[in-house]
Amino acid sequence: MDKFIRHTGSAVPLRRSNVDTDQIIPAVYLKRITKSGFEDGLFAAWRNDPAFELNQPQYKSATILVAGPDFGTGSSREHAVWALQNYGFKVVLSSRFADIFRGNSQKAGLLTVILPQEEIEKIWKEIESKPETSITVDLQAKKVSYGSTSLDFVIDDYTRWRLMEGLDDIGLTFTKIDQVSSFEEKRASFKPKTLPIR
Amino acid sequence: MKGKVEMGKTLAEKIWAEHVVSSTAGEPDLLYIDLHLIHEVTSPQAFDGLRLANRKVRRPDLTIATEDHNVPTLNIDKPIADPVSKLQVDTLRKNCAEFGVRIHSLGDVEQGIVHVVGPQLGITQPGMTIVCGDSHTSTHGAFGALAFGIGTSEVEHVLATQTLPLIRPKTMAINVEGTLKPGVTSKDIILAVIAKIGTGGGQGYILEYRGSAIRALSMEARMTICNMSIEAGARAGLIAPDQTTFDYVKGKPHAPTGADWDLALAYWKTLVTDYDAKFDKEINLNADELAPFVTWGTNPGQGLPLSASVPNPAEISNAEDRGAAERALEYMDLKPGTPLKSIRVDTVFLGSCTNGRIEDLRSAAEIIKGKKIATSLRLLVVPGSARVRLQAESEGLDKIFLDAGAEWRSAGCSMCLGMNPDQLKPGERAASTSNRNFEGRQGKGGRTHLVSPLVAAATALKGTLASPADL
Repeated sequence: MDKFIRHTGSAVPLRRSNVDTDQIIPAVYLKRITKSGFEDGLFAAWRNDPAFELNQPQYKSATILVAGPDFGTGSSREHAVWALQNYGFKVVLSSRFADIFRGNSQKAGLLTVILPQEEIEKIWKEIESKPETSITVDLQAKKVSYGSTSLDFVIDDYTRWRLMEGLDDIGLTFTKIDQVSSFEEKRASFKPKTLPIR
Repeated sequence: MKGKVEMGKTLAEKIWAEHVVSSTAGEPDLLYIDLHLIHEVTSPQAFDGLRLANRKVRRPDLTIATEDHNVPTLNIDKPIADPVSKLQVDTLRKNCAEFGVRIHSLGDVEQGIVHVVGPQLGITQPGMTIVCGDSHTSTHGAFGALAFGIGTSEVEHVLATQTLPLIRPKTMAINVEGTLKPGVTSKDIILAVIAKIGTGGGQGYILEYRGSAIRALSMEARMTICNMSIEAGARAGLIAPDQTTFDYVKGKPHAPTGADWDLALAYWKTLVTDYDAKFDKEINLNADELAPFVTWGTNPGQGLPLSASVPNPAEISNAEDRGAAERALEYMDLKPGTPLKSIRVDTVFLGSCTNGRIEDLRSAAEIIKGKKIATSLRLLVVPGSARVRLQAESEGLDKIFLDAGAEWRSAGCSMCLGMNPDQLKPGERAASTSNRNFEGRQGKGGRTHLVSPLVAAATALKGTLASPADL
């Protein structure tokens, strides 16, 4: 996973609430067995509409998605995170993320930042009137800034550290693998096993 | 008395505490996973990750795979026609063979939707931690297990370590007291819960469904409720195990036997929320007041009793909800004020991990028996597993559906998410017993109304959204 310290880029507004992962990437695109190439399926149904924000030339180079509340609800498909990353997004801002989507994004290195809805509204207005607005998302300082505005955001220290170091979660757990073995020795005998087949 | 008085624990907190391998201040808890269910769609990249890092599956004996999401429900004895689906299914088979994981493939009697297969094999039991790369893993919470959906990175993590680092969610009690009226089902309870708290209401919580109306439900009805916890925003939802649970598990292929049964039962009986435990939030619902529910919009929180009319967005005060309602009505091609019962549908889908179990098929068949479905629509009946299909056939349910003019299919996720050929055409409208009415979920341009199996059956006969009482 790439390290994430800070990112500066332009942003695209997505003024919709409850954007579920079926909208982010429809199921028909989930048949691939790789983690790449999902950008063509990103918001597939909406991208047929020339008026859709991602199709507008002024937002073509955006790397920050400014989404409505309850972004990423529904299916657990991590393909939604990969599709956003494959397309070029580094950060998603929203007032509320669905739990599984947020977890997936933090595993895969897509930064999801929670800001109050009134601040999201202000950013929407700013980038709608001035699409070239540059936004900096600083994970080290836990700040989102643009123009003269600077906003603090909250993220737990552990996740922040892991993202900033680009650390693989599995590698970290392997440092505690002896504790896993001890735990296994104490598991109850009645707990079911899938093998041998009964 | 020495030390401080321990507060009681909720059921979710008890199961969590039992599975903590390692806990460090400022870090997520490392939680042991008792059972990992896998399927073809969210696992290939995880197995690739293992290969790249030269890792193996730590506990193949706590892992099981089934093919469900993209498999066809017709001609399952022939090779899968779609080459991309076939590659994904073949990849799962190869990965399971390479890493020693048990798999139930298309054509196997234990094949089916992963959340139907676990309970019927008896590998879903009270007090367990259960994960799967599928958000409807919450289904298994019906047994008093802590069960939740995970992404592919987490699938790889569990395959490699049989653990997951997780921050413990808060707990919310959903109290449902009273008695359901005839024709009202557990599907209507959960749709009413979601309409009440919204699709984000359960974010950050584990839900516990409690109260006399929940206790009165069968195991399969409880699974329907827990299944849709994710539609309320909660990763997990559970119900304390009781005699109904123990009776259901007993005798299943992987249920404990002999002395192990006694040990298990003694433990399972401790799996209740303590009387002095405190939930972070509580929601109350009166079962006596509930009616058959149906969704009118494009998220599962946009639902109303079937006797209501399509809402008028202009009357919704919250701007965010108003905008969502306007967009939803445009997509659904519905006008405010239209009685829900006047809405015509083209397809009725009976199946999915929400409502594809034998009781669901029985209850729908009872309504349909001896009658014909409306000539204007098709009724697709897709059992949740090959075993459910066989059981239904042994009871003659297939004949009831076929005689009525329905299609009787093989097991899989099917039209719930339209990854296989079972899809709505653009503009088509469905009454569906599944769990999501998202735009295009059941096929590009398709429109979905979520309903119970009883409403699905009545709608199939009438041609418009209906409950059995309307027939």
